[in-house]
Amino acid sequence: MSGELPPHRAGVRGGDPGLQVLYQEVILDHTRRPRNCRAIEGGRQAEEYNAICGDRVTVYARVEEGVIRDVSFLASGCAIVNASASLMTETVAGLATADASALADRFHRMIAAAPGADIEDLGTLTALAGVRMFPIRIRCANLPWEALRAALAG
Amino acid sequence: MLDVTTVREDFPLLQERVHGKPLVYLDNAATTQKPRVVIDRLARYYAEENANIHRGVHTLGERATVAYDSARETVRRFLNAAEAREIIFVRGATEAINLVAQTYGRAHVLPGDEIVISEMEHHSNIVPWQMLCDEKRARLRIIPITDTGELRLDSYAQLLSDRTRIVAVTHVSNALGTVTPIAEIVHRAHARGIPVLIDGAQAVAHRSVDVQALGCDFYAFSGHKVFGPTGIGVLYGRERLLEAMPPYQGGGDMISSVTFERTRYNVLPHKFEAGTPHVAGALGLAAAIDYLATIGLDRVGAHEHELLSYGTGVLSQVPGLRFTGTASDKVGILAFLLDGVHPHDIGTILDRAGVAIRAGHHCCQPLMARLGVPATARASLALYNTREEIDALAGALQEVRELFA
Repeated sequence: MSGELPPHRAGVRGGDPGLQVLYQEVILDHTRRPRNCRAIEGGRQAEEYNAICGDRVTVYARVEEGVIRDVSFLASGCAIVNASASLMTETVAGLATADASALADRFHRMIAAAPGADIEDLGTLTALAGVRMFPIRIRCANLPWEALRAALAG
Repeated sequence: MLDVTTVREDFPLLQERVHGKPLVYLDNAATTQKPRVVIDRLARYYAEENANIHRGVHTLGERATVAYDSARETVRRFLNAAEAREIIFVRGATEAINLVAQTYGRAHVLPGDEIVISEMEHHSNIVPWQMLCDEKRARLRIIPITDTGELRLDSYAQLLSDRTRIVAVTHVSNALGTVTPIAEIVHRAHARGIPVLIDGAQAVAHRSVDVQALGCDFYAFSGHKVFGPTGIGVLYGRERLLEAMPPYQGGGDMISSVTFERTRYNVLPHKFEAGTPHVAGALGLAAAIDYLATIGLDRVGAHEHELLSYGTGVLSQVPGLRFTGTASDKVGILAFLLDGVHPHDIGTILDRAGVAIRAGHHCCQPLMARLGVPATARASLALYNTREEIDALAGALQEVRELFA
């Protein structure tokens, strides 16, 4: 699932399979060029904050007739928070809110699974499955989804 | 010169490997590793001396009581306090500060009064005072810092007023490494008759502390940051002030007589030590202090100073790295930011190289706000660190840069 490694970077992650999985090309691409990184005026919004590390993410959603028409985020946090938020907005745009909530559950099950356990293939979101090998980073990946849930509930 | 190779052999955990790499432990401001003598002291207490203190007439009780009292004397010498009864054993620096806020503070602070702290305090030297201010409708006043991370003494002088009831300032900033000018701070407060509490959590493992020379009225530190066990710490308090303060917690050991009508409190230091104390912790702390004495804090300070200069030089060669905290007087703390990489990602990648650092707000959210950053990465040094470990840190930071290039 990881993309082609440029030779100068293959050395770093090549030496550590864990880092190779956590910081694969899809993640780094979304960190460097986050999608839907903007505020939406007049819609729903919710902020989640991780008091342990100070990471903060706000998710914005425009919902019409139970469907997420537009969704975006602003974040101050690590690569995993940003990549997870970016991938999330791409995935849930156009979904019914109930389906988005169900996906949030499935996503959490995937990233919190025991290393080695079978995990569900969630398409591009599966790029974040590597965080299950880094327990203290699981909350980073989940923070945008918690904010999404709160925004949809609000 | 400090023989670091020999010193490292005293610390079992430093022989560990992490992710297949030799451990490079650079998170000493969070907690220090423990020398074998401390670990052995805890085991020996439980294996050979365990009994409650200040109670039984039996041999073990006597042995444990003597050992505990002797640990207090060891701490007295360590801080050069005038009297052993000025040394109160607590759980850590946090409890020491809470004790002063809840006893001295509650007895002396009235609505409209002021408490002075600094912009670079740890949450443990902010929140207890904030709680007191909320209860008493008093006001917290903040000494600002410069961009390099030094206290602005001119502003401090202006903050002191007839309403100031206590000044509480850190000796060494855990996030920046800045050593604050305690004697100067105390001098100005005392000129107005205001007592001063010093949070020494980050100082005692790196510099020798003489509370009489500093002139402070309270000094707090944690055992686990000075090679001792967790769960034990010390509050030094000037006898005259401790005598006048109400007790902190009620219970056994802190009383001299109890009836349902009235309780007479015990003398110092027992008045502030309700319940069975952490005897093993106190003995372990004393063992740590004795260990540090065999090495000599002067040699420790010189070694760490040399390492800090070396580390500052090596890390400043890392492209995109910017230091936070560049005070002229610093202990061995290298706090930094790396362009385009969040500190947590730095922390995770360094861990995979066996390098342990802290990434985050360091329990100093107001300081992070002042610096305009959500978090920093921090390598903090202790007596057992080496140039090779600094090189390993720098090498791993190059890998971080390449990964995020």
